[in-house]
Amino acid sequence: MSNTPTTMNPPPDTSETRPATRRRRRPAGSSSSWSGAFRRNWQLYSLAILPLLFFAIFRYAPMIGNVIAFRKFEPGGSVLGEEWVGLRYVNLFLNDPTFWNVFTNTAILGGLTLLFCFPLPIVLALLLNEVRNRGLKRFLQSVSYLPHFLSIVVVAGIVMQTLAIDGPVNQLVRAFGDDPVAFMQKPEWFRTIYISSEIWQTVGWGTILYLAALTTIDEQLYEAARIDGAGRWRQIWHVTLPGIRPTAVTLLILNIGTFMAVGFEKVLLLYNPLTYPTADVISTYLYRMGVESSNFSYAAAIGLFEAIIGLTLILSANLISRRAVGTSLW
Amino acid sequence: MVTLAKSRGYRAFQVVNAVVLTGVVVVTLYPFINIVARSFSEERYILSGEVNLIPRGFNLTTYQIVVADPMFWTNYRNTVVYTVVATAIAMVLTTCYAYVLSKRHLKGRTFLIWVAVFTMFFNGGLIPNYVLVNSLGLTNSIWAIVLPNAISVFNLLVMKAFFENLPGDLEEAAAIDGLNTYGILGRIVLPLSKAVIATMVLFYAVSFWNSWFSAFLYLNRTELFPVTVYLRNIIAGATGAENAGAGAADLTQVAANIQSVTIMLTVLPILAVYPFVQRYFVSGVMLGAVKG
Repeated sequence: MSNTPTTMNPPPDTSETRPATRRRRRPAGSSSSWSGAFRRNWQLYSLAILPLLFFAIFRYAPMIGNVIAFRKFEPGGSVLGEEWVGLRYVNLFLNDPTFWNVFTNTAILGGLTLLFCFPLPIVLALLLNEVRNRGLKRFLQSVSYLPHFLSIVVVAGIVMQTLAIDGPVNQLVRAFGDDPVAFMQKPEWFRTIYISSEIWQTVGWGTILYLAALTTIDEQLYEAARIDGAGRWRQIWHVTLPGIRPTAVTLLILNIGTFMAVGFEKVLLLYNPLTYPTADVISTYLYRMGVESSNFSYAAAIGLFEAIIGLTLILSANLISRRAVGTSLW
Repeated sequence: MVTLAKSRGYRAFQVVNAVVLTGVVVVTLYPFINIVARSFSEERYILSGEVNLIPRGFNLTTYQIVVADPMFWTNYRNTVVYTVVATAIAMVLTTCYAYVLSKRHLKGRTFLIWVAVFTMFFNGGLIPNYVLVNSLGLTNSIWAIVLPNAISVFNLLVMKAFFENLPGDLEEAAAIDGLNTYGILGRIVLPLSKAVIATMVLFYAVSFWNSWFSAFLYLNRTELFPVTVYLRNIIAGATGAENAGAGAADLTQVAANIQSVTIMLTVLPILAVYPFVQRYFVSGVMLGAVKG
């Protein structure tokens, strides 16, 4: 820890020194003019040029590129498509039964992820917080963070090996006298596999912010609760949980915002045509439609629909939480 | 009396807690250890489902064959090159932009922040990105992997928060001494920011090292693949044991554990540095959270 003190404990906001800076750098009269600002700070602005180019080309241009959802697109033709076709592709996917199937799969996988991967880090953090031995606690943290550092390809490989016919899970199945199951080929198992591996990979890492929040809770609050006769459970209920509530709400908003963005790469690695009925999600469907079958406009229409749902979800989650508990992302 | 009952209940809780946490450790590590055991085991034990936590019939054939595959090393070298180049470019862009964003007096700062933050909540999506990269002619080049991911907004905000909390006096003194903005950034700010720079380098390096999808999407020549795509093709069965160079004699052995062996060889560098870099990651995440 010794050489990262600044990272661990950022010094308090130095805003009290700022007004002086502002006065010095903004001579009266030109404080609101853009040309004055540029003349004074052109070197600073010049540092923003390359990053802004990056955002323009690789983030905002693709947003504009979504017009191909409403235009006929020819591979090799114009990037923005050939002619307007209105809502043809939107109507097409809204009337596509496969789309509704993948939509349902996405919602179910997203819902299950939220249901398990949001609360479990809180539980694990509370349990870890009760470990008094520092060395042991650090060991437990190191182990539980580890899967976060693995490539999703490695995670998929580990999942497949663990669930293989000759793998440890089927060894257990056989020990109970049952026949081994080809888990990766069974649609009815996909959701369990997806969620379990998601838990395996994310829950440990997810405890970090909660553990940090737990250390900031004032010890006096626990003492006061004890004097009032609160037992362990009541202390957790009345002191610990309120203490981590802002963290939990923020993470909940973020989780809801990414609700429909179910782990595309993991599904792509783990699914196969046999498990499509439960495994195929919006993003993998549009990947196959667009990249593999070259129906770019159709796939872009689905992608745009998904992105708009995501934006709507995060805006409404943010709004509701600001109204209800006074915590919001912005 | 109350204290006694409480402590008894608490002791019971401690026992339960120990059991649960031990379970967490076992469940987290079990799949790893099983992969290790498989990778060193003989094919007949693997196929009969007898390999669990300890290698059975110690065997290095598959390791020898994968290590002898020139394509494996080509792809490994690609991963190193892509990671180094991508991390360097990402660090330059992220540092510059984060420094600009950290200047509270700067006119248009709010707009510049929103340019970045908005992309966290809304993105163009897979298809327009794919069309864009293709039409820019970046396919089958390192730039298809490096450029579209050059700035992570999360990392950007972490760095911005760090720069904002640096004491302003030194920069002001340097400005009075006649140092220009580039000089201040290069000679005053960056030397003070070694901790956050190390953290950011690790964030980017691990994410580029682990990434596979851009490469899978935009590269179609085997000799350009990173090792993650090599592994992906092994686990997806797109590359068979015979393609990895196994002769007829070793075919069944290699087929039985080539996936475990390739997983092992791919994660080894990550596992080797993990104990040393883990705390930088933790501190980086917390710094990101501080900005709220």
